Amino acid sequence: MRELSAVDRKILAKLQGEFPICERPYAEAAEQLGIAEDELLERIEALLADKVLTRFGPMFQVERMGGAFVLAALAVPEARYEEVTALVNALPQVAHNYRREHTLNMWFVLATETRAGIAEAIACLEAVTALPVYAFPKEREFFVEMKLEARR
Amino acid sequence: MIDDLDRALIVATQGGLPLVARPYHAIAEQLGLSADEVMRRLRNMLDSGVIRRIGAVPNHYAIGWTANGMTVWDVADEQVDALGERIGSLDSVTHCYRRPRALPAWPYNLFAMVHGASRDECAAKADEIRTLLGAACRGSDILYSTRILKKSGLRIGC
Repeated sequence: MRELSAVDRKILAKLQGEFPICERPYAEAAEQLGIAEDELLERIEALLADKVLTRFGPMFQVERMGGAFVLAALAVPEARYEEVTALVNALPQVAHNYRREHTLNMWFVLATETRAGIAEAIACLEAVTALPVYAFPKEREFFVEMKLEARR
Repeated sequence: MIDDLDRALIVATQGGLPLVARPYHAIAEQLGLSADEVMRRLRNMLDSGVIRRIGAVPNHYAIGWTANGMTVWDVADEQVDALGERIGSLDSVTHCYRRPRALPAWPYNLFAMVHGASRDECAAKADEIRTLLGAACRGSDILYSTRILKKSGLRIGC
């Protein structure tokens, strides 16, 4: 893990949302951070290259465009973990995937453009992995906010 | 709902914005639209919630949140909604959902994500939730993530 500079921290703290929509958005955001447009562009590029950021851009809510977003899990035998990881990750509908400590040891989110796409993705995963997929669609959302400041 | 041009914009931006001085102009050029049209549509999608927000998506491990616990709770059905609201409003909880149980393997119906620089910190946050749930809670677990296997975000077909 690389060290973060004070400016990097500021970018992480201030730029997790509200990136402007205007002709020169990086210039506008840079001004608020007290740096030059070029420096902001270079720093974002470096943060992406070093995997401090996974992406820089819009975050979509697929439900609002008629699609669906479902948490699902698999109980993967340890001996097959790498193989199944590759099979699951290969599906473009898998938006993210985490290893967790539990019998259900692989937890991923399916994001599909249509609601019917979820069942198709699950059927596809069950066919290629030969494992049952546990689906946990949200029945109610109480709160979602994910703006974590840098701790280091 | 979105139309074909919105969809084309999503496909063009889901991997990230171009890192150039005029990113919206670059997208417009790529799609054969005017920059004003691109910006107008992005603003509309932001207003309607199709776009949740625009900005940096951090890898939370890389910014020091190395312990990530999915706390899961078996809460009495008649109380879960009222308690879920209260747990969701805790500062320490970043996501909170009611989800179906998958009995017998999975008895939990309330999911709350907590993050910390250590597992102890996550466990303390889970204790706070446990206290709030009180007698309505019949069982719980914390599933720590040990590896990010994939984090690409939405990818709709091109």
